[in-house]
Amino acid sequence: MDFVGLDLNLTWFILIGILLTGYAILDGFDLGVGALHLFTSTDSERRIMINSIGPVWDGNEVWLVTGGGALFAAFPAVYASVFSGFYTAFMLLLAVLIFRAVAIEFRSKQPMKWWRQMWDVAFSLSSILISFLMGVALGNMVVGIPIGSSKEFSISIAELLNPYAVLVGVTTVALFMMHGSIYVVMKTEGDMQNKIRGWVNNSIIFFAICYVTTTMATLLYVPHMSEPFKQHPMFFIVALVGMLAIANIPREIHHGREFFAFLSSCASIFSLMALFAIGIFPNFVMSNISPEFNLTIYNAASSQKTLAIMLTIAIIGIPFVLAYTISIYWIFRGKVRLDSMSY
Amino acid sequence: MSIEILARIQFAFTIAFHYIYPPLSIGLGIILVLMEGMFLATKNVMYERMAKFWVKIFALTFAMGVATGIVMEFEFGTNWATYSRYVGDVFGSALAAEGIFAFFLESGFLAILVFGWNRVSPKVHFFATCMVSLGSMLSAVWIVVANSWMQTPAGYHIVGEGMNARAEIVDFWAMVFNPSSVHRLLHVISAAWLAGATVVLSVSAYYLLKNRHQEFAKSSLKIAVVLLTIASLFQLATGERSAVGVSKNQPAKLAAFEAHYDSSSIAPFYLFGWVNEKEERVQFGIAVPKMLSFLVHGNFTTPVTGLGAFKKEDRPPVNIIFQTYHIMVGIGIILIIIGFASLYLWWKGTLFTNKLMLKVFVASVLLPQIANQAGWFSAEVGRQPWIVYNMLRTSEGLSQTVKAEQIVFSLILFTVIYLLLFALFIFLLDQKIKHGPEESTEIPSEYEHQKQIFAS
Repeated sequence: MDFVGLDLNLTWFILIGILLTGYAILDGFDLGVGALHLFTSTDSERRIMINSIGPVWDGNEVWLVTGGGALFAAFPAVYASVFSGFYTAFMLLLAVLIFRAVAIEFRSKQPMKWWRQMWDVAFSLSSILISFLMGVALGNMVVGIPIGSSKEFSISIAELLNPYAVLVGVTTVALFMMHGSIYVVMKTEGDMQNKIRGWVNNSIIFFAICYVTTTMATLLYVPHMSEPFKQHPMFFIVALVGMLAIANIPREIHHGREFFAFLSSCASIFSLMALFAIGIFPNFVMSNISPEFNLTIYNAASSQKTLAIMLTIAIIGIPFVLAYTISIYWIFRGKVRLDSMSY
Repeated sequence: MSIEILARIQFAFTIAFHYIYPPLSIGLGIILVLMEGMFLATKNVMYERMAKFWVKIFALTFAMGVATGIVMEFEFGTNWATYSRYVGDVFGSALAAEGIFAFFLESGFLAILVFGWNRVSPKVHFFATCMVSLGSMLSAVWIVVANSWMQTPAGYHIVGEGMNARAEIVDFWAMVFNPSSVHRLLHVISAAWLAGATVVLSVSAYYLLKNRHQEFAKSSLKIAVVLLTIASLFQLATGERSAVGVSKNQPAKLAAFEAHYDSSSIAPFYLFGWVNEKEERVQFGIAVPKMLSFLVHGNFTTPVTGLGAFKKEDRPPVNIIFQTYHIMVGIGIILIIIGFASLYLWWKGTLFTNKLMLKVFVASVLLPQIANQAGWFSAEVGRQPWIVYNMLRTSEGLSQTVKAEQIVFSLILFTVIYLLLFALFIFLLDQKIKHGPEESTEIPSEYEHQKQIFAS
């Protein structure tokens, strides 16, 4: 297919943004449920936690896999530089992703108490670590990376854990905790639901504190992120929508409209990702050595031909993906009920 | 050890471990389709019980496949950054297609397959099973296409020079249907069916030997025997096509398969042997004279290009390829013999009582697994010293900034995790098999339940 007049690089920047935002929204509540998992006490509560994400967590992780694949295809230079540069951090991330997947799968396969406790801890800690590491990666992309003319860099774990990146990491954990707690309220009933409704308020407060701190830190220490908003004030609407969405969550929870609270939470994640994308555009990776080494959506991209082929593939594939993602959420709607097929 | 060797060991180890599971998913997927299809056609609940039992095994292998598969996607970037930049334009569209067409399909419908028994009607469930099976095979399509492009590049041109050189796509369909992709894909898929068939064969034979779940085991065994026989013959045919393709497109690899050095001689086909790479000859070997010439050219008189025709630095290591290739071929032939022997015993009516054959079935589960690993080793080591055949050397594809100690660290990390996972996987698999299928489908689906209410 020909896409005359369309900026394919920009299109793919937006599409990868959508894939990663889809990942953050969908796997975000999975990770949040994991982060809150150890706060539940009885075995049946923990089984309800795991089974609330049981049928969907695997599909949600595919958004990350596809986002990674699309990044490789559309912007190979970004994929190559970032993944080799963050080598050790990515290896740790992969290790915890594996642990989380098998913890979910193995936990309820044996009745022994120590067995379940062990996998409960693995599930929860890995969920927290994954959220944190992803936030750290995002934070480092905001402050910039020591990338020079060779297009490759190496960065140690200690350098990765700079204060700003750690702050973004903690904010991500808080965001997913809030998002996950709302999801669990939707999927539970009775006493357990009442208990978790209390957690929603706590996690909103936790997130709000992190959010305000991160925003201030960004304005003070990484002013280049706010440049686009000065030049194009209409982008401020995105920030405004995000804040209204966050403020709306306690209101919906108070009125018992969990689903709308969840939508609000999705909207707040969407707006945060959009703010990030607007802030770094047109760069993918910002060099803190010199802006001439930035990897942009133009100098790091695949050929126009490949971008056009991929867009054709995406246009054919996306309607199918949306159709069966929606059907599966529809089939598994409603409160969690444990049966012999459950985890 | 050099960074190149370490990075190769790491990739080989993580991909070999990953590749235990996808063939099982593909093979068991097609068996689930057969079982549920039989249930819908015959309404015999035996088939539903079978499907429910094998879905549990399927889910376990699928989870292992997903967990170890994420590593693969990111390892290109972490360890092979230069390669990723070089092939991204070509390779990437295949990976993206895999994500959009295959991964979403299988992981989405997997939810219904595993958790949906009580939520959807049997027909919708059957549809979901078909989609999971289709998705698992589609993911094989795109991965094998990408790998085949590395063996026999097509549909591209080179842009830039030196460190900035990269392959760019000019013809998408020429890239997809590159000279080796079709027969390699068929070979990989039928190998996966063999892996699935022998698992069912092995577990069913175990039940028959232990006098447990007799009816269940007999029905499962029959399905597996049919699939095994068909797939093993198909495997022979696609294997032969692949080898002829290799002789045209990658003559150095074919020469290494048979340790054939002298281009002027008519080539034999070895049954086994040991390659002395220094003296460039095969020791302790038994061969069918002139057979390789016949397989490649269709006559006994035309010589086959030998390794001598290639510069030393362009040759792959020979003995490891020779051994893995012959292990694969040998196992392929054993599987065909098992298939025909089972059909004969079935015809004689002693398939379920012949103790020796049942023991062979129990052990047969290892054969396709070994052959799959051996086959991939001969294919991938046979591509050396190239990462993209005749275009980019493996030593040139590495990440520039990654240090040896980082690779050693991650290699140890993955070794520990994978050994632990493998022990757990075998433990849980063993428990599921010992527990066996539920004696009755004690949980009638909501759909059936409603039908009963309406009927009464």
